[in-house]
Amino acid sequence: MNLTNNSPVLIPLLFLSTGIMTPVLAMKKEWLARWIALGASAASVALSIFNLIRVINVGKPIHYKLGNWNPSLGIEYVLDHLSAFVILVINAIAFLVLIYAKKSIESELPGKEVPYYASVLLMLCGFNGMMITGDLFNLYVFLEICSLTLYGLIAVGEKKSSMAAFTYLIMGTIAGCFYLLGVGFLYIKTGSLNMADVRAILPFMLDQPAVVIGLCFMTLGLGIKMALFPLHGWLPDAYTYAPSVSSALIAPTGTKVASYVLIRIFYFVFGITFVSKTLPVADIISWLAVVGIIYGSIMAIAQKELKRMLAYSTVAQVGYIGLGIGLANPFGLIGAVLHILNHAVMKACLFLVSGNFRLKLGHSNIFKLDNTIRKKMPWTMAAFTIAALSMVGLPPMAGFFSKWYLALGTIEKGNWLFLAAILVSTLLNAVYFFRILEKVYMKPIDSQSSNTHEQGTYHDHSVKENEETVKRDEVSPSMLFPTLTLAAALVVLGILNAIIVDGVIKYIIPKGL
Amino acid sequence: MTIPETYTSIIPLLTVLVSLAAVPLILLSSKHENLREFWTIIASFIKFGLVVIFLLPNALENKSAVINIVDIFPGVALALKADQFGVFFALISSGLWILTSFYSIGYVRGAHEHKQTRYFASFAICLSATMGIAFSANLLTFIVFYEILTIATYPLVIHKETKEAIYGGRKYLVYTLTAGILLIAASAWIYKLTGTLDFKAGGMFGESVLTPQRAVILFILFLGGVGVKAGIMPLHSWLPTAMVAPTPVSALLHAVAVVKSGVFGVIRVVGFVFGPAIMSQFGLNNILLAVAGFTIIVASFIALRQDNLKRLLAYSTVGHLSYIVLGAALLTPAGFTGGMLHIAFHATMKITLFFAAGAIYVNLHRENISQLNGIGRIMPWTMGAFTVSAIGLAGIPPINGFVSKWYLGMGAVQSGQIIPLAILVLSGLLNAAYFFPIIYTVFFRKGEKLEGLGEAPAIMVVPIVVTALLSVLLGIYPDLFFNFFKLASSIAASIVGVK
Repeated sequence: MNLTNNSPVLIPLLFLSTGIMTPVLAMKKEWLARWIALGASAASVALSIFNLIRVINVGKPIHYKLGNWNPSLGIEYVLDHLSAFVILVINAIAFLVLIYAKKSIESELPGKEVPYYASVLLMLCGFNGMMITGDLFNLYVFLEICSLTLYGLIAVGEKKSSMAAFTYLIMGTIAGCFYLLGVGFLYIKTGSLNMADVRAILPFMLDQPAVVIGLCFMTLGLGIKMALFPLHGWLPDAYTYAPSVSSALIAPTGTKVASYVLIRIFYFVFGITFVSKTLPVADIISWLAVVGIIYGSIMAIAQKELKRMLAYSTVAQVGYIGLGIGLANPFGLIGAVLHILNHAVMKACLFLVSGNFRLKLGHSNIFKLDNTIRKKMPWTMAAFTIAALSMVGLPPMAGFFSKWYLALGTIEKGNWLFLAAILVSTLLNAVYFFRILEKVYMKPIDSQSSNTHEQGTYHDHSVKENEETVKRDEVSPSMLFPTLTLAAALVVLGILNAIIVDGVIKYIIPKGL
Repeated sequence: MTIPETYTSIIPLLTVLVSLAAVPLILLSSKHENLREFWTIIASFIKFGLVVIFLLPNALENKSAVINIVDIFPGVALALKADQFGVFFALISSGLWILTSFYSIGYVRGAHEHKQTRYFASFAICLSATMGIAFSANLLTFIVFYEILTIATYPLVIHKETKEAIYGGRKYLVYTLTAGILLIAASAWIYKLTGTLDFKAGGMFGESVLTPQRAVILFILFLGGVGVKAGIMPLHSWLPTAMVAPTPVSALLHAVAVVKSGVFGVIRVVGFVFGPAIMSQFGLNNILLAVAGFTIIVASFIALRQDNLKRLLAYSTVGHLSYIVLGAALLTPAGFTGGMLHIAFHATMKITLFFAAGAIYVNLHRENISQLNGIGRIMPWTMGAFTVSAIGLAGIPPINGFVSKWYLGMGAVQSGQIIPLAILVLSGLLNAAYFFPIIYTVFFRKGEKLEGLGEAPAIMVVPIVVTALLSVLLGIYPDLFFNFFKLASSIAASIVGVK
């Protein structure tokens, strides 16, 4: 057996097998679950890197026939620049979060480690399958695998999480149904489930209502999954009440995988001419995305719980990706794909920070944060600051560059309203992040006596005492390392973005765009 | 004029990195005050040395050091280019940083400021960003450093952490971040139109791709982008609010880094993005003239009504920045020369005034002009320097303010416009009107409760006297140091295209 040739299938297989085996192997030795998960995740990162290098070297998509059945009969896995890139992003983030997970799971979910890690592995299996498959129905199967585990990962959280998970279950099932219906319509018309086949057949029947309806259903289903405004209803509760590790795992990955599938369907199944010229689907997506950007940002400002704020900010950031997809021009698509990476890193970092708060302070309520945290957790706060600056979109952080590409995309499109929305959201982001930075790095305003400015620069001794008596109480290195790695990655990814764009993302742009 | 040449060199990058490298050292030695300040001082000297020794001689021969660090956008690098204008600005900023550093040490210790480590670290980052702005070879690099400067200044503005400081900080962020996004929009649009982001003396539009409407909108976007830091009205109001910051920060904001980056940006936009030809073709210079003229007059009138010394100086800064903008708007060689000279000369004068205000504050804890009766007698050096600079700002010889103003006036004559000339004259009178009462107050009114008080510590007074002395010497012979005049006129020639 040649491992190199089989590399596309290895990651889903790896996660599937370890996911199923974990409960058995770790039945007696519970500590084993974590190591299995970590090992599988590390291996997946290595394989993803290997796959990406392979694709870059080959320079064109690698098709892998599962069980050696020919595509129209059997299932085909396709490894191209897009799938290889996003797979690496998702697996790398998941790996870092898994390194982080130990203490947080122990404190938030005592005694549930084994099923938790097993679910995580199955979820990753689902994600990877969705991304690598070249088969529309197979994609649905993986979508359901990861959805089912997601419901579980969310439902184990605090009290309100079961309700949140239930909402998500309903919404997710509806999304799955829509997608499946869409696939059904396409299958009736084209007689194939293979993406490449469908792509080849579709141009001859684009005027058929069934095809149009198929596209609409699939878009709707994926829209719910990626939490595109106004289909985001399930997201804020789910991310808020889920355990910290679940939030940190799902927020950066879940919506990104759905975005990836949307790109896949739009650009590689229906073809961009169809979705943008024949039908205004892409336009509708970008309009909704723009509304989502503004709506999500404003809602984020209104939140008092950090995790909920981050959840709404995710709605806004998914809007960036949606906008990039909907712009249907090269810069837009580059922006969208780059933002999948950038946002995954930023959000993972921020959710890890909120996890650190929950572990050390017992809460992540923005209004209870004060300047003692700066002393207690200087490194966590440093990571938070970098991620926040990146979210606001200040150079040289990564966030700036996805915004730059998107801005170029909107100008290419000639839509000034979109450009304005992207830029205004910068200010809105600044509001909700600097609000926290102010609290953490400065003396609380209410403790200052009204005559402070007459005292001039002489400080308020009571506040200073309080600040100095606080002892350092930073999280353990195993938690700090992923948090800081992600923060550092934001700077590195920002400065090196052109290498990523030139080396990988450029090849994603389909011909004729 | 010699033909511009370029050569690859790492010096511009080093110049940017020197103060950045000092930041971790400053943070690490937060427990040892003297060691911490040592890093600041050493970095400031190295930075200035690099500019003077390596970049200036070549710049005088019109050779620019260039370095492409890394591509940050396909086809566009994070690139530094120490052209004449960049070196000119870097000279001023890095030179005055040395003085500000010494002065800061005296000030923060004298006033027992808290969080001094954060203060000096932010200061160092600010200077790195300013060097980056000076040497930016293209708009994207410019934006990167421009935004870094915004963020690095924020901790300085809110330094006191009082209600007013936090309010000032918020206002500062709203204004500067808005400016940042306008700049991003404008640059993205330029890239769409021209396919390049590189600055080019005389303008980056090869063949005209602009329609009148486009040109105006694009110019206004740019003006919004750089105009906030340049304090042009109505975008100026963050500046007086930011006066709550400690005085050396105000000096830094007003003389060394922030607002000067703004006017530097204005000249970059006028001379190196649009170019005089496009500016006059679409009447963009008139927009700029109107804005600058309005700002000069209104800011001077507002300054007349201030009692708080720092606020008065803030409005005076707003007015004088627009002198520079006005110079650029004239589109004549003398106008550009005058504007650029004023970047340098206003810096030496205004920094003296702020230093003096700070010395008064540390020494006497007084901020309002009405409280300053007779202090000239106990602080003769400080107030003497203050007087020299105030006279200079009013444009009276032999202080350097006269020289830059003279060239601005010549620029106005060259362009054949009478209104700018009238504005300059009127503004000179207004400057005199708001400064001379202060001079009268401090020297000729009888003071109270001044017994036993004297000059501020030497570490503060020496920089004050040095900057005042610089103002006088440069007024007598503008080329005395670093060939400011030669550089400025050479840059002006390259922009306008006169051989």
